[in-house]
Amino acid sequence: MFNITLGQYYPGRSFLHQVDPRTKILATLVYSVFIFLVKEPEGFYLVAGFALLAMAASRIPPLTLIRGLRPILIFLVITLAFNAFMTPGETLWGWGPFRVTREGLAFGGLMALRLVLLVLVTSLLTLTTTPIALTDGLERLLRPFQRLGLPAAELALMMTIALRFVPTLFDEAQRILRAQQARGARLRVRGPLAQMQALLPILVPLFVAAFRRADELAVAMEARGYRGGRGRTRMRELRYTWRDGVTALAVAAFAAGVVYLRLLAG
Amino acid sequence: MASRRGEPSEPYILVRDVTYRYPGPPGGEPVLALDRVGFRVYRGEFVAVLGRNGSGKSTLARLLNALLLPQEGEVRVDGLDTRDPANLWAIRDRVGMVFQNPDNQIVAAVVEEDVAFGPENQGLPPEEIRRRVEEALAAVGLTALRDRPPHLLSGGQKQRLAIAGALALRPACLVLDEPTAMLDPRGRAEVMATVTRLREEAGVAVVLITHFMDEAARADRVVVMDRGRVVLEGSPREIFAQADRLRALHLDLPPVVALAAELRAAGVPVPPGILTLDELVEALCRLS
Repeated sequence: MFNITLGQYYPGRSFLHQVDPRTKILATLVYSVFIFLVKEPEGFYLVAGFALLAMAASRIPPLTLIRGLRPILIFLVITLAFNAFMTPGETLWGWGPFRVTREGLAFGGLMALRLVLLVLVTSLLTLTTTPIALTDGLERLLRPFQRLGLPAAELALMMTIALRFVPTLFDEAQRILRAQQARGARLRVRGPLAQMQALLPILVPLFVAAFRRADELAVAMEARGYRGGRGRTRMRELRYTWRDGVTALAVAAFAAGVVYLRLLAG
Repeated sequence: MASRRGEPSEPYILVRDVTYRYPGPPGGEPVLALDRVGFRVYRGEFVAVLGRNGSGKSTLARLLNALLLPQEGEVRVDGLDTRDPANLWAIRDRVGMVFQNPDNQIVAAVVEEDVAFGPENQGLPPEEIRRRVEEALAAVGLTALRDRPPHLLSGGQKQRLAIAGALALRPACLVLDEPTAMLDPRGRAEVMATVTRLREEAGVAVVLITHFMDEAARADRVVVMDRGRVVLEGSPREIFAQADRLRALHLDLPPVVALAAELRAAGVPVPPGILTLDELVEALCRLS
Protein backbone atom coordinates (compact mmCIF):
# COMPACT_ATOMS: atom_id res chain seq x y z
CA MET A 1 0.00 0.00 0.00
CA PHE A 2 1.41 3.39 -0.93
CA ASN A 3 0.22 6.66 0.45
CA ILE A 4 0.81 8.63 -2.68
CA THR A 5 -0.79 12.01 -3.04
CA LEU A 6 -1.85 13.37 -6.35
CA GLY A 7 -1.02 16.88 -7.30
CA GLN A 8 0.91 18.74 -4.68
CA TYR A 9 -1.63 19.76 -2.07
CA TYR A 10 0.01 21.31 0.98
CA PRO A 11 -2.37 20.78 3.93
CA GLY A 12 -3.20 23.91 5.89
CA ARG A 13 -5.89 26.27 7.15
CA SER A 14 -4.57 29.54 5.76
CA PHE A 15 -6.68 32.33 4.25
CA LEU A 16 -5.94 31.06 0.75
CA HIS A 17 -6.71 27.44 1.72
CA GLN A 18 -10.19 28.53 2.75
CA VAL A 19 -11.00 30.56 -0.33
CA ASP A 20 -13.60 28.85 -2.53
CA PRO A 21 -11.95 26.82 -5.34
CA ARG A 22 -14.04 28.67 -7.95
CA THR A 23 -12.63 32.00 -6.79
CA LYS A 24 -9.09 30.64 -6.85
CA ILE A 25 -9.46 29.18 -10.33
CA LEU A 26 -10.89 32.43 -11.73
CA ALA A 27 -8.29 34.57 -9.93
CA THR A 28 -5.49 32.41 -11.37
CA LEU A 29 -6.98 32.78 -14.84
CA VAL A 30 -7.23 36.56 -14.54
CA TYR A 31 -3.68 36.78 -13.22
CA SER A 32 -2.30 34.61 -16.05
CA VAL A 33 -3.90 36.85 -18.67
CA PHE A 34 -3.00 40.19 -17.09
CA ILE A 35 0.62 39.27 -16.46
CA PHE A 36 1.11 39.32 -20.22
CA LEU A 37 -0.49 42.76 -20.59
CA VAL A 38 2.19 44.30 -18.39
CA LYS A 39 5.06 45.92 -20.26
CA GLU A 40 6.21 48.81 -18.03
CA PRO A 41 8.63 48.26 -15.16
CA GLU A 42 6.08 49.86 -12.76
CA GLY A 43 3.61 47.20 -13.83
CA PHE A 44 5.99 44.54 -12.66
CA TYR A 45 5.88 45.93 -9.13
CA LEU A 46 2.14 45.36 -9.31
CA VAL A 47 2.38 41.79 -10.64
CA ALA A 48 5.13 40.87 -8.21
CA GLY A 49 3.28 42.57 -5.36
CA PHE A 50 0.14 40.59 -6.05
CA ALA A 51 2.11 37.33 -6.18
CA LEU A 52 3.84 38.13 -2.87
CA LEU A 53 0.50 38.95 -1.26
CA ALA A 54 -0.96 35.63 -2.46
CA MET A 55 2.11 33.76 -1.20
CA ALA A 56 1.78 35.42 2.21
CA ALA A 57 -1.94 34.53 2.32
CA SER A 58 -1.12 30.86 1.67
CA ARG A 59 1.30 30.48 4.62
CA ILE A 60 3.29 28.00 2.57
CA PRO A 61 7.03 28.09 3.37
CA PRO A 62 8.77 30.12 0.60
CA LEU A 63 11.32 27.34 0.20
CA THR A 64 8.60 24.88 -0.77
CA LEU A 65 7.38 27.37 -3.37
CA ILE A 66 10.85 28.03 -4.74
CA ARG A 67 11.57 24.32 -4.99
CA GLY A 68 8.55 24.13 -7.30
CA LEU A 69 10.43 26.33 -9.78
CA ARG A 70 13.13 23.74 -10.42
CA PRO A 71 11.43 22.16 -13.45
CA ILE A 72 11.30 25.50 -15.28
CA LEU A 73 14.92 26.47 -14.54
CA ILE A 74 16.09 25.48 -18.02
CA PHE A 75 13.35 27.59 -19.63
CA LEU A 76 14.40 30.55 -17.54
CA VAL A 77 18.03 30.27 -18.65
CA ILE A 78 17.04 29.94 -22.31
CA THR A 79 14.63 32.89 -22.11
CA LEU A 80 17.22 35.09 -20.47
CA ALA A 81 20.08 34.12 -22.82
CA PHE A 82 17.99 34.32 -25.96
CA ASN A 83 16.73 37.83 -25.16
CA ALA A 84 20.10 39.06 -23.91
CA PHE A 85 21.84 38.11 -27.15
CA MET A 86 19.14 38.83 -29.68
CA THR A 87 17.93 42.28 -28.62
CA PRO A 88 19.68 45.17 -30.39
CA GLY A 89 20.96 48.01 -28.18
CA GLU A 90 23.91 49.18 -26.10
CA THR A 91 26.53 46.45 -26.03
CA LEU A 92 27.73 45.38 -22.59
CA TRP A 93 29.89 42.46 -23.59
CA GLY A 94 30.75 41.01 -26.94
CA TRP A 95 32.52 38.02 -28.41
CA GLY A 96 32.69 37.72 -32.15
CA PRO A 97 29.23 38.13 -33.62
CA PHE A 98 27.58 37.59 -30.24
CA ARG A 99 26.88 40.60 -28.03
CA VAL A 100 24.91 41.02 -24.86
CA THR A 101 22.92 44.26 -24.76
CA ARG A 102 21.60 46.25 -21.80
CA GLU A 103 18.12 46.29 -23.33
CA GLY A 104 18.31 42.58 -23.96
CA LEU A 105 19.25 41.82 -20.37
CA ALA A 106 16.45 44.03 -19.07
CA PHE A 107 13.86 42.53 -21.39
CA GLY A 108 15.02 38.96 -20.81
CA GLY A 109 14.99 39.56 -17.07
CA LEU A 110 11.40 40.75 -17.20
CA MET A 111 10.34 37.77 -19.33
CA ALA A 112 11.98 35.38 -16.86
CA LEU A 113 10.35 37.18 -13.93
CA ARG A 114 7.00 36.86 -15.67
CA LEU A 115 7.48 33.10 -16.02
CA VAL A 116 8.57 32.74 -12.39
CA LEU A 117 5.55 34.66 -11.11
CA LEU A 118 3.16 32.76 -13.36
CA VAL A 119 4.42 29.40 -12.12
CA LEU A 120 4.41 30.58 -8.50
CA VAL A 121 0.81 31.78 -8.61
CA THR A 122 -0.56 28.77 -10.50
CA SER A 123 1.22 26.42 -8.12
CA LEU A 124 -0.38 28.30 -5.23
CA LEU A 125 -3.71 27.16 -6.66
CA THR A 126 -2.76 23.47 -6.61
CA LEU A 127 -0.87 23.79 -3.32
CA THR A 128 -3.83 25.24 -1.41
CA THR A 129 -6.66 23.29 -3.09
CA THR A 130 -7.24 19.53 -2.86
CA PRO A 131 -7.73 17.78 -6.21
CA ILE A 132 -11.30 17.01 -5.12
CA ALA A 133 -12.06 20.67 -4.38
CA LEU A 134 -10.50 21.59 -7.72
CA THR A 135 -12.79 19.12 -9.49
CA ASP A 136 -15.81 20.49 -7.62
CA GLY A 137 -14.84 24.05 -8.50
CA LEU A 138 -14.34 23.25 -12.18
CA GLU A 139 -17.66 21.43 -12.34
CA ARG A 140 -19.53 24.42 -10.85
CA LEU A 141 -17.73 26.87 -13.13
CA LEU A 142 -18.49 24.80 -16.24
CA ARG A 143 -22.11 24.13 -15.26
CA PRO A 144 -23.52 27.15 -17.16
CA PHE A 145 -22.01 25.71 -20.34
CA GLN A 146 -24.02 22.51 -19.91
CA ARG A 147 -26.81 24.18 -21.83
CA LEU A 148 -24.44 24.45 -24.78
CA GLY A 149 -23.84 20.71 -24.64
CA LEU A 150 -20.72 20.65 -22.48
CA PRO A 151 -20.99 17.57 -20.22
CA ALA A 152 -19.70 19.30 -17.07
CA ALA A 153 -21.07 16.75 -14.58
CA GLU A 154 -19.67 13.84 -16.58
CA LEU A 155 -16.28 15.51 -16.89
CA ALA A 156 -16.18 16.07 -13.14
CA LEU A 157 -17.13 12.45 -12.46
CA MET A 158 -14.40 11.31 -14.86
CA MET A 159 -11.86 13.36 -12.97
CA THR A 160 -13.10 11.98 -9.64
CA ILE A 161 -12.84 8.39 -10.85
CA ALA A 162 -9.37 9.08 -12.24
CA LEU A 163 -8.29 10.50 -8.87
CA ARG A 164 -9.81 7.52 -7.12
CA PHE A 165 -8.06 4.93 -9.29
CA VAL A 166 -4.58 6.39 -9.68
CA PRO A 167 -3.34 4.92 -6.36
CA THR A 168 -5.07 1.60 -7.13
CA LEU A 169 -3.47 1.34 -10.57
CA PHE A 170 -0.13 2.44 -9.11
CA ASP A 171 -0.29 -0.45 -6.62
CA GLU A 172 -1.20 -2.77 -9.43
CA ALA A 173 1.70 -1.60 -11.59
CA GLN A 174 4.08 -2.36 -8.70
CA ARG A 175 2.59 -5.81 -8.32
CA ILE A 176 2.89 -6.56 -12.04
CA LEU A 177 6.44 -5.25 -12.01
CA ARG A 178 7.42 -7.65 -9.25
CA ALA A 179 5.60 -10.53 -10.95
CA GLN A 180 7.44 -9.89 -14.22
CA GLN A 181 10.77 -9.53 -12.45
CA ALA A 182 10.13 -12.85 -10.75
CA ARG A 183 9.81 -14.34 -14.24
CA GLY A 184 13.10 -12.85 -15.26
CA ALA A 185 11.96 -9.73 -17.11
CA ARG A 186 14.84 -7.29 -17.56
CA LEU A 187 13.79 -3.71 -16.97
CA ARG A 188 17.09 -1.87 -16.72
CA VAL A 189 18.25 -1.64 -20.29
CA ARG A 190 20.02 1.06 -22.27
CA GLY A 191 18.53 3.15 -25.04
CA PRO A 192 15.10 4.74 -25.25
CA LEU A 193 13.72 2.16 -27.66
CA ALA A 194 14.90 -0.78 -25.58
CA GLN A 195 13.49 0.87 -22.49
CA MET A 196 10.07 1.25 -24.08
CA GLN A 197 10.18 -2.40 -25.08
CA ALA A 198 11.14 -3.38 -21.55
CA LEU A 199 8.06 -1.56 -20.24
CA LEU A 200 5.64 -3.44 -22.47
CA PRO A 201 5.31 -6.48 -20.19
CA ILE A 202 4.13 -4.10 -17.47
CA LEU A 203 1.91 -1.80 -19.50
CA VAL A 204 -0.03 -4.49 -21.34
CA PRO A 205 -1.30 -6.34 -18.24
CA LEU A 206 -1.93 -2.99 -16.53
CA PHE A 207 -4.18 -1.84 -19.37
CA VAL A 208 -5.99 -5.16 -19.58
CA ALA A 209 -6.66 -5.02 -15.84
CA ALA A 210 -7.80 -1.40 -16.08
CA PHE A 211 -10.39 -2.33 -18.70
CA ARG A 212 -11.66 -5.17 -16.54
CA ARG A 213 -11.94 -2.80 -13.59
CA ALA A 214 -13.78 -0.26 -15.73
CA ASP A 215 -16.29 -2.91 -16.73
CA GLU A 216 -17.01 -3.91 -13.14
CA LEU A 217 -17.13 -0.30 -12.00
CA ALA A 218 -19.71 0.51 -14.67
CA VAL A 219 -21.96 -2.30 -13.43
CA ALA A 220 -21.54 -1.19 -9.82
CA MET A 221 -22.37 2.42 -10.76
CA GLU A 222 -25.47 1.27 -12.58
CA ALA A 223 -26.53 -0.79 -9.56
CA ARG A 224 -26.31 2.40 -7.50
CA GLY A 225 -28.67 4.19 -9.82
CA TYR A 226 -26.23 6.15 -11.99
CA ARG A 227 -28.10 7.47 -15.00
CA GLY A 228 -25.83 10.17 -16.36
CA GLY A 229 -25.22 13.68 -15.11
CA ARG A 230 -28.77 14.88 -15.66
CA GLY A 231 -30.75 15.44 -12.48
CA ARG A 232 -27.79 14.51 -10.30
CA THR A 233 -27.25 16.58 -7.16
CA ARG A 234 -24.12 16.87 -5.03
CA MET A 235 -23.76 16.39 -1.30
CA ARG A 236 -21.08 19.01 -0.94
CA GLU A 237 -22.12 22.50 -1.79
CA LEU A 238 -19.66 25.27 -2.39
CA ARG A 239 -20.37 28.50 -0.52
CA TYR A 240 -18.77 31.87 -0.99
CA THR A 241 -17.59 33.58 2.19
CA TRP A 242 -16.12 36.97 3.05
CA ARG A 243 -12.76 35.55 1.99
CA ASP A 244 -14.00 35.28 -1.56
CA GLY A 245 -15.14 38.89 -1.44
CA VAL A 246 -11.69 40.01 -0.26
CA THR A 247 -9.99 37.90 -2.94
CA ALA A 248 -12.27 39.23 -5.68
CA LEU A 249 -11.57 42.80 -4.59
CA ALA A 250 -7.82 42.22 -4.60
CA VAL A 251 -7.97 40.69 -8.08
CA ALA A 252 -10.14 43.55 -9.35
CA ALA A 253 -7.73 46.14 -7.90
CA PHE A 254 -4.81 44.33 -9.51
CA ALA A 255 -6.53 44.19 -12.90
CA ALA A 256 -7.57 47.84 -12.71
CA GLY A 257 -3.98 48.80 -11.82
CA VAL A 258 -2.58 46.96 -14.82
CA VAL A 259 -5.11 48.56 -17.17
CA TYR A 260 -4.44 52.01 -15.70
CA LEU A 261 -0.69 51.67 -16.27
CA ARG A 262 -1.30 50.57 -19.84
CA LEU A 263 -3.44 53.62 -20.47
CA LEU A 264 -0.83 55.93 -18.89
CA ALA A 265 1.82 54.49 -21.18
CA GLY A 266 -0.54 55.24 -24.05
CA MET B 1 -42.75 6.65 -5.80
CA ALA B 2 -44.52 3.39 -6.33
CA SER B 3 -46.73 2.30 -3.49
CA ARG B 4 -45.88 -0.72 -1.38
CA ARG B 5 -47.82 -3.38 -3.15
CA GLY B 6 -46.61 -6.52 -1.43
CA GLU B 7 -48.65 -8.07 1.38
CA PRO B 8 -46.47 -9.25 4.28
CA SER B 9 -47.10 -12.86 3.29
CA GLU B 10 -46.13 -12.26 -0.31
CA PRO B 11 -42.49 -12.48 -1.35
CA TYR B 12 -40.72 -9.14 -1.70
CA ILE B 13 -38.75 -10.45 -4.65
CA LEU B 14 -40.32 -13.08 -6.85
CA VAL B 15 -38.38 -14.90 -9.56
CA ARG B 16 -40.66 -17.13 -11.61
CA ASP B 17 -39.52 -19.65 -14.25
CA VAL B 18 -36.63 -17.51 -15.36
CA THR B 19 -34.36 -18.63 -18.15
CA TYR B 20 -31.25 -16.70 -19.10
CA ARG B 21 -28.64 -17.39 -21.77
CA TYR B 22 -25.39 -15.55 -22.36
CA PRO B 23 -24.26 -15.16 -25.94
CA GLY B 24 -21.75 -17.93 -26.61
CA PRO B 25 -18.53 -17.72 -28.60
CA PRO B 26 -18.96 -16.31 -32.12
CA GLY B 27 -20.77 -18.87 -34.21
CA GLY B 28 -21.31 -21.10 -31.16
CA GLU B 29 -24.30 -21.94 -29.04
CA PRO B 30 -25.52 -19.49 -26.38
CA VAL B 31 -24.57 -20.56 -22.85
CA LEU B 32 -27.51 -21.46 -20.64
CA ALA B 33 -26.93 -19.75 -17.27
CA LEU B 34 -30.38 -20.11 -15.71
CA ASP B 35 -32.87 -22.82 -16.59
CA ARG B 36 -36.44 -22.11 -15.45
CA VAL B 37 -35.39 -20.91 -12.02
CA GLY B 38 -37.86 -20.10 -9.26
CA PHE B 39 -36.67 -18.07 -6.29
CA ARG B 40 -38.22 -15.82 -3.69
CA VAL B 41 -37.09 -13.46 -0.97
CA TYR B 42 -39.41 -12.34 1.83
CA ARG B 43 -39.10 -9.07 3.73
CA GLY B 44 -36.37 -9.15 6.36
CA GLU B 45 -35.25 -12.64 5.40
CA PHE B 46 -31.65 -13.88 5.15
CA VAL B 47 -31.22 -16.22 2.18
CA ALA B 48 -27.91 -17.81 1.28
CA VAL B 49 -27.31 -19.02 -2.26
CA LEU B 50 -24.71 -21.77 -2.70
CA GLY B 51 -23.33 -23.46 -5.77
CA ARG B 52 -20.04 -24.09 -7.47
CA ASN B 53 -18.58 -21.81 -10.13
CA GLY B 54 -20.80 -21.47 -13.16
CA SER B 55 -23.90 -22.71 -11.35
CA GLY B 56 -25.77 -19.50 -12.18
CA LYS B 57 -25.62 -17.80 -8.75
CA SER B 58 -24.20 -14.50 -10.00
CA THR B 59 -26.59 -14.39 -12.93
CA LEU B 60 -29.47 -14.85 -10.50
CA ALA B 61 -28.10 -12.00 -8.35
CA ARG B 62 -27.97 -9.64 -11.31
CA LEU B 63 -31.57 -10.40 -12.21
CA LEU B 64 -32.75 -9.25 -8.78
CA ASN B 65 -32.13 -5.55 -9.46
CA ALA B 66 -32.60 -5.45 -13.20
CA LEU B 67 -28.90 -5.43 -14.11
CA LEU B 68 -29.97 -8.37 -16.27
CA LEU B 69 -33.50 -8.92 -17.56
CA PRO B 70 -35.16 -12.34 -17.80
CA GLN B 71 -35.40 -13.74 -21.32
CA GLU B 72 -38.20 -16.06 -20.23
CA GLY B 73 -40.28 -15.92 -17.08
CA GLU B 74 -40.50 -12.87 -14.85
CA VAL B 75 -38.85 -11.10 -11.93
CA ARG B 76 -40.91 -8.86 -9.65
CA VAL B 77 -39.52 -6.63 -6.94
CA ASP B 78 -42.11 -5.27 -4.53
CA GLY B 79 -44.63 -6.05 -7.24
CA LEU B 80 -42.69 -4.17 -9.93
CA ASP B 81 -41.85 -6.05 -13.13
CA THR B 82 -38.13 -5.67 -13.91
CA ARG B 83 -38.77 -5.80 -17.66
CA ASP B 84 -40.72 -2.54 -17.59
CA PRO B 85 -38.11 0.24 -18.16
CA ALA B 86 -40.31 2.67 -16.20
CA ASN B 87 -39.64 0.62 -13.04
CA LEU B 88 -35.86 0.52 -13.44
CA TRP B 89 -34.84 3.22 -10.93
CA ALA B 90 -37.55 2.29 -8.43
CA ILE B 91 -36.16 -1.26 -8.44
CA ARG B 92 -32.52 -0.15 -8.07
CA ASP B 93 -33.59 1.94 -5.04
CA ARG B 94 -35.24 -1.10 -3.46
CA VAL B 95 -32.53 -3.69 -4.06
CA GLY B 96 -28.94 -2.71 -3.25
CA MET B 97 -25.98 -4.66 -4.55
CA VAL B 98 -22.49 -5.41 -3.31
CA PHE B 99 -19.97 -7.15 -5.54
CA GLN B 100 -16.96 -9.33 -5.00
CA ASN B 101 -14.07 -6.95 -5.68
CA PRO B 102 -14.26 -4.05 -3.23
CA ASP B 103 -11.84 -1.95 -5.28
CA ASN B 104 -13.97 -1.95 -8.40
CA GLN B 105 -17.17 -0.60 -6.88
CA ILE B 106 -15.86 2.47 -5.06
CA VAL B 107 -16.32 5.55 -7.20
CA ALA B 108 -15.15 8.54 -5.22
CA ALA B 109 -11.76 9.53 -3.79
CA VAL B 110 -13.11 10.09 -0.25
CA VAL B 111 -15.11 7.63 1.89
CA GLU B 112 -18.13 9.84 2.62
CA GLU B 113 -18.37 11.02 -0.96
CA ASP B 114 -18.52 7.48 -2.18
CA VAL B 115 -21.45 6.78 0.14
CA ALA B 116 -23.12 9.91 -1.27
CA PHE B 117 -22.88 8.61 -4.85
CA GLY B 118 -26.21 6.74 -4.83
CA PRO B 119 -28.31 9.51 -3.23
CA GLU B 120 -26.65 12.03 -5.57
CA ASN B 121 -27.83 9.93 -8.50
CA GLN B 122 -31.35 10.11 -7.10
CA GLY B 123 -31.13 13.89 -7.20
CA LEU B 124 -31.85 14.33 -3.48
CA PRO B 125 -31.26 17.72 -1.82
CA PRO B 126 -27.82 18.08 -0.14
CA GLU B 127 -29.17 18.00 3.45
CA GLU B 128 -31.01 14.75 2.78
CA ILE B 129 -27.88 13.24 1.17
CA ARG B 130 -25.87 14.22 4.24
CA ARG B 131 -28.42 12.60 6.56
CA ARG B 132 -28.32 9.37 4.61
CA VAL B 133 -24.53 9.32 4.45
CA GLU B 134 -24.35 9.75 8.26
CA GLU B 135 -26.85 6.97 8.73
CA ALA B 136 -25.16 4.55 6.32
CA LEU B 137 -21.66 5.23 7.70
CA ALA B 138 -22.90 4.64 11.24
CA ALA B 139 -24.63 1.42 10.18
CA VAL B 140 -21.37 -0.11 8.94
CA GLY B 141 -19.18 1.51 11.60
CA LEU B 142 -17.08 3.69 9.29
CA THR B 143 -18.00 7.11 10.68
CA ALA B 144 -14.49 7.66 12.04
CA LEU B 145 -12.91 7.01 8.62
CA ARG B 146 -15.21 9.29 6.63
CA ASP B 147 -12.44 11.58 5.34
CA ARG B 148 -10.05 8.81 4.27
CA PRO B 149 -9.19 8.04 0.68
CA PRO B 150 -10.55 4.54 -0.03
CA HIS B 151 -7.22 3.06 -1.12
CA LEU B 152 -5.96 3.40 2.46
CA LEU B 153 -8.75 1.19 3.85
CA SER B 154 -8.36 -2.53 4.58
CA GLY B 155 -10.25 -5.05 2.44
CA GLY B 156 -12.94 -5.52 5.09
CA GLN B 157 -13.34 -1.75 5.48
CA LYS B 158 -13.61 -1.31 1.72
CA GLN B 159 -16.32 -3.92 1.54
CA ARG B 160 -18.17 -2.26 4.44
CA LEU B 161 -17.88 1.00 2.50
CA ALA B 162 -19.48 -0.72 -0.50
CA ILE B 163 -22.29 -1.90 1.80
CA ALA B 164 -22.74 1.67 3.10
CA GLY B 165 -22.90 2.90 -0.50
CA ALA B 166 -25.78 0.50 -1.16
CA LEU B 167 -27.49 1.32 2.15
CA ALA B 168 -27.55 5.04 1.43
CA LEU B 169 -30.32 4.30 -1.07
CA ARG B 170 -32.33 2.78 1.84
CA PRO B 171 -33.01 -0.53 0.10
CA ALA B 172 -35.39 -3.12 1.53
CA CYS B 173 -33.10 -5.87 0.28
CA LEU B 174 -29.34 -6.18 -0.04
CA VAL B 175 -27.87 -8.63 -2.55
CA LEU B 176 -24.25 -9.53 -1.84
CA ASP B 177 -22.40 -11.44 -4.58
CA GLU B 178 -19.53 -13.25 -2.86
CA PRO B 179 -18.64 -10.18 -0.81
CA THR B 180 -16.01 -12.00 1.27
CA ALA B 181 -14.28 -13.98 -1.48
CA MET B 182 -11.32 -11.59 -1.72
CA LEU B 183 -10.98 -10.84 2.00
CA ASP B 184 -8.75 -12.21 4.74
CA PRO B 185 -10.42 -13.99 7.71
CA ARG B 186 -10.64 -10.75 9.69
CA GLY B 187 -12.24 -8.89 6.81
CA ARG B 188 -14.69 -11.74 6.33
CA ALA B 189 -15.69 -11.61 9.99
CA GLU B 190 -16.16 -7.80 9.81
CA VAL B 191 -18.40 -8.04 6.75
CA MET B 192 -20.47 -10.91 8.13
CA ALA B 193 -20.96 -9.12 11.45
CA THR B 194 -22.12 -6.01 9.58
CA VAL B 195 -24.54 -7.96 7.41
CA THR B 196 -26.00 -9.85 10.37
CA ARG B 197 -26.44 -6.65 12.35
CA LEU B 198 -28.14 -4.84 9.46
CA ARG B 199 -30.67 -7.59 9.18
CA GLU B 200 -31.38 -7.69 12.89
CA GLU B 201 -31.45 -3.96 13.52
CA ALA B 202 -32.68 -2.45 10.27
CA GLY B 203 -34.74 -5.42 9.07
CA VAL B 204 -33.02 -5.40 5.66
CA ALA B 205 -33.56 -8.61 3.71
CA VAL B 206 -30.23 -10.18 2.70
CA VAL B 207 -29.42 -12.41 -0.25
CA LEU B 208 -25.90 -13.71 0.27
CA ILE B 209 -24.20 -15.52 -2.57
CA THR B 210 -21.23 -17.34 -1.16
CA HIS B 211 -18.69 -20.14 -1.36
CA PHE B 212 -18.29 -20.28 2.40
CA MET B 213 -20.48 -22.86 4.10
CA ASP B 214 -20.10 -21.34 7.56
CA GLU B 215 -21.59 -18.09 6.21
CA ALA B 216 -24.52 -19.97 4.71
CA ALA B 217 -25.10 -21.76 8.03
CA ARG B 218 -26.17 -18.42 9.53
CA ALA B 219 -28.98 -17.88 7.00
CA ASP B 220 -32.70 -18.48 7.52
CA ARG B 221 -32.88 -20.35 4.27
CA VAL B 222 -30.31 -21.91 1.96
CA VAL B 223 -30.77 -22.32 -1.78
CA VAL B 224 -28.33 -24.57 -3.64
CA MET B 225 -27.87 -24.15 -7.36
CA ASP B 226 -26.27 -26.41 -9.93
CA ARG B 227 -26.09 -25.99 -13.71
CA GLY B 228 -28.54 -23.13 -13.78
CA ARG B 229 -31.19 -24.82 -11.65
CA VAL B 230 -32.22 -24.69 -8.01
CA VAL B 231 -31.49 -28.21 -6.77
CA LEU B 232 -31.92 -27.93 -3.00
CA GLU B 233 -33.76 -25.53 -0.79
CA GLY B 234 -34.42 -25.49 2.94
CA SER B 235 -33.19 -24.41 6.35
CA PRO B 236 -29.43 -24.72 6.92
CA ARG B 237 -30.14 -27.68 9.21
CA GLU B 238 -32.05 -29.52 6.49
CA ILE B 239 -29.49 -28.73 3.82
CA PHE B 240 -26.36 -29.61 5.75
CA ALA B 241 -27.88 -32.88 6.93
CA GLN B 242 -27.56 -34.09 3.32
CA ALA B 243 -23.81 -34.52 3.30
CA ASP B 244 -23.73 -36.99 0.43
CA ARG B 245 -25.96 -34.89 -1.77
CA LEU B 246 -23.78 -31.81 -1.14
CA ARG B 247 -20.63 -33.76 -1.92
CA ALA B 248 -22.16 -34.82 -5.24
CA LEU B 249 -22.72 -31.12 -5.96
CA HIS B 250 -19.05 -30.41 -5.16
CA LEU B 251 -19.92 -28.49 -2.01
CA ASP B 252 -18.43 -28.94 1.44
CA LEU B 253 -20.06 -29.04 4.82
CA PRO B 254 -19.60 -26.10 7.20
CA PRO B 255 -16.53 -26.85 9.38
CA VAL B 256 -18.59 -27.47 12.52
CA VAL B 257 -21.00 -29.81 10.74
CA ALA B 258 -18.08 -31.68 9.18
CA LEU B 259 -16.42 -32.00 12.61
CA ALA B 260 -19.62 -33.34 14.14
CA ALA B 261 -19.89 -35.90 11.35
CA GLU B 262 -16.31 -37.06 11.89
CA LEU B 263 -16.86 -37.36 15.62
CA ARG B 264 -19.92 -39.48 14.90
CA ALA B 265 -17.91 -41.67 12.54
CA ALA B 266 -15.27 -42.06 15.23
CA GLY B 267 -17.90 -43.40 17.61
CA VAL B 268 -18.70 -40.28 19.65
CA PRO B 269 -22.49 -40.17 20.03
CA VAL B 270 -23.06 -36.60 18.78
CA PRO B 271 -26.73 -35.87 17.99
CA PRO B 272 -27.62 -34.93 14.38
CA GLY B 273 -28.57 -31.41 13.25
CA ILE B 274 -25.62 -29.56 14.80
CA LEU B 275 -24.88 -26.29 12.98
CA THR B 276 -22.94 -23.92 15.20
CA LEU B 277 -19.89 -24.17 17.39
CA ASP B 278 -21.99 -23.42 20.50
CA GLU B 279 -24.35 -26.30 19.75
CA LEU B 280 -21.44 -28.67 19.29
CA VAL B 281 -19.81 -27.59 22.54
CA GLU B 282 -23.10 -28.03 24.37
CA ALA B 283 -23.63 -31.51 22.90
CA LEU B 284 -20.11 -32.58 23.82
CA CYS B 285 -20.48 -31.28 27.38
CA ARG B 286 -23.63 -33.32 27.83
CA LEU B 287 -21.76 -36.53 27.07
CA SER B 288 -20.72 -38.14 30.26
